[in-house]
Amino acid sequence: MFDKLTERLQGVVDGLRGKGRLTDDNIADTLRQVRMALLEADVALPVVKSLIESIKASLVGTEFDKAFTPGQILVRSIHQELVRVLGEGVRPINLRAQPPVVILLAGLQGAGKTTTAGKLAKYLKEKEKKRVLLASTDVYRPAAILQLERLAAQLEVGFKSSDPKQSPVRLAQEALAEARSALYDVLIIDTAGRLHIDDEMMKEVQLIASTVSPLETLFVVDSMAGQDAVNAAKAFGEALELTGVILTKADGDARGGAALSVRQVTGKPILFIGVGEKTEALEVFHPERIASRILGMGDVLSLVEDVSRQVDIRQAEKLAAKLKQGKEFDFNDLHEQLQQLEKMGGLSAMMDKLPAKLASKAAQGQMPNDREITRQIAIIRSMTSRERRFPKLLDASRKRRIAAGSGVPVSEINKLLKSFMEMQKMMKLMSNGGMGKLMRTFAGRMPKLF
Amino acid sequence: MFGFKKSTADQNATAEQARPGFLARLRTKLNRGSSWLTKGLIDLLPGGKIGDEVLDELEMRLISADVGVETTERILSGLRKKVARSELADLDALLAALRASLIEILQPFARPLHIDTSKHPFVMLVIGVNGAGKTTTIGKLARRMLDQKFKVVLAAGDTFRAAAVEQLQVWGERNGVPVIAQATGADPAAVVFDACQSAQARGAHVMIADTAGRLHTQSNLMDELKKVKRVIGRIDPTAPHEVLLVLDASQGQNALQQARLFHQAMGVTGLVITKLDGTAKGGIVFSLADQLKLPIRFIGIGEGVEDFDVFDAENFVDALLKPVEA
Repeated sequence: MFDKLTERLQGVVDGLRGKGRLTDDNIADTLRQVRMALLEADVALPVVKSLIESIKASLVGTEFDKAFTPGQILVRSIHQELVRVLGEGVRPINLRAQPPVVILLAGLQGAGKTTTAGKLAKYLKEKEKKRVLLASTDVYRPAAILQLERLAAQLEVGFKSSDPKQSPVRLAQEALAEARSALYDVLIIDTAGRLHIDDEMMKEVQLIASTVSPLETLFVVDSMAGQDAVNAAKAFGEALELTGVILTKADGDARGGAALSVRQVTGKPILFIGVGEKTEALEVFHPERIASRILGMGDVLSLVEDVSRQVDIRQAEKLAAKLKQGKEFDFNDLHEQLQQLEKMGGLSAMMDKLPAKLASKAAQGQMPNDREITRQIAIIRSMTSRERRFPKLLDASRKRRIAAGSGVPVSEINKLLKSFMEMQKMMKLMSNGGMGKLMRTFAGRMPKLF
Repeated sequence: MFGFKKSTADQNATAEQARPGFLARLRTKLNRGSSWLTKGLIDLLPGGKIGDEVLDELEMRLISADVGVETTERILSGLRKKVARSELADLDALLAALRASLIEILQPFARPLHIDTSKHPFVMLVIGVNGAGKTTTIGKLARRMLDQKFKVVLAAGDTFRAAAVEQLQVWGERNGVPVIAQATGADPAAVVFDACQSAQARGAHVMIADTAGRLHTQSNLMDELKKVKRVIGRIDPTAPHEVLLVLDASQGQNALQQARLFHQAMGVTGLVITKLDGTAKGGIVFSLADQLKLPIRFIGIGEGVEDFDVFDAENFVDALLKPVEA
């Protein structure tokens, strides 16, 4: 999401390199370029101004060690400033209160509140082992309540059904009563999307908040939001006692300036970011990583965290044990791995976290794309279980059958077979199993990349 | 034979026209009663001369309205040249030049949608990122078409998001418009294919297909969309006749990127810009027109059916520049 800003800032830095020394003139010029880059990134103008001011303040009067290039000094200053602004007060979600803990989500139309409510419910259920009740107070958008109900059923968390003829405040009250009597740990209340300049609707959400006294009141904001995000955040911050922010749709290519703006205007920490279509695509917010990503250092740490959460540990151990016994890595194992990769939101979700340079290399076709993974899974599924265990069986006739079964040309099967052989060889080289080894297998799938 | 006769006089094509009263609403909603672009500018003109101060202020206001750095620079450089040639004597002259330059950007792309009634049906595919307002837009579009005595069929092509099908169905029931749907999780191409056939069988004039919201960077989901388009083409090689991209005006410069990638994948033929009633001020409209050069069909300025209308360049610029008359 932050690639574009990264690109711009890299451009600025490249322009500086080799100049040797910062002069007043080229500071002004560089800062103007940074200003434009940030504005293009949808960072709100007042925020850009204050950011530029503090960067300037940190640059002027500083003696530069000649070991650094002016570009490095600049990057360091911007990075420090981004980390400072983004990271102030970042903390885990607060659940330390007598249950049921109430979490209220509010924001503009289309920010992604309902989807986020579902993702948050899944996160709290799986990571925090909480019993979660979802409730909707959106009586306006057709089928909004039903959307949350479907999500709740899919995630196997509690759902308080809401009658759209009731007032939203009443619905919130009923949900709280239900959460209390049924002994839920957490109640997540979804609200209707509203414009921050709609006084009546803002009063309504205020009333909901004062009725259920949430421990967390979270402002949900689209990472693609423009200059006005700053006004929306301000208005929601004034109407509600916000405790935090959730940034949604961060898996796109938005420059993500809204994150900076909202953070600075509300003064509240960004707790989570939404990074994909699937219900598990919600991540804890890491300011250092995002700031690093802005500067092109990539976000390899987030990637590691992803892999360790999603990869089924039992399966990993099974594979490790198997390899230990001297058995060969076979197509059943590859099948499992491909499926896990798919579960993590596919390669594109992982790619997003790699440093810009690696990612662009990968985009040039040195890596299988998500479609290829699906195709490879299809190929493996068209094999008999004997073939999966003993790939050497695959002769021309079998390959033709598999090709027909999975709807790909035989050449695709040969391609898969070839990379499978490489993987098998690598697996043999690994003496012991364990998570680290398994992860390297992913890396092994992209040999040119790492 | 299918009952394609319409009650309107024009049998071949119907140009959408802005409704009376919309301009007034546009002014109220876009400006919240006063012009963000011109308010208080006079205070920056000590002695009435146009100087850097007022131009810098304009630049800042345009950027704060999501006009974008590039387009803002384009507007400003024109004005600066005129100032340098001493062509702009006072604020009125400056504002007139600003108005002309803003209209010049928008005018070529204010092209209303033409429903070609020789198509059976006229197929519209509505696409966009998550939360842009696709389904709501379809509701309002269908309403307009009904008012123009068109027979409309809707296709519930968002089979991904929970309850998206129901959202469209609720709307269809309220307005007596058939909604062709399958269960959540069904292949959207299959749903839309069905809907096309059904629309033909019912003798519908217009078929509007909803699709699931998707980020333009998700190549697999963009491929899915391409498939929907291909499948429509099997029923009528000239279809879809309109690929409408819905963009949320409260989004910033990423809207440009969205439009570029959606256009690349799908060949967008028209834009709908929604949610202009925030305080976002609508600057992104200029950025889009200046840099994408795609026709802007409709704009949305609120939740009501009356808050949705044809895009008119002059009206839009005037709504920005002139405060609401007391």
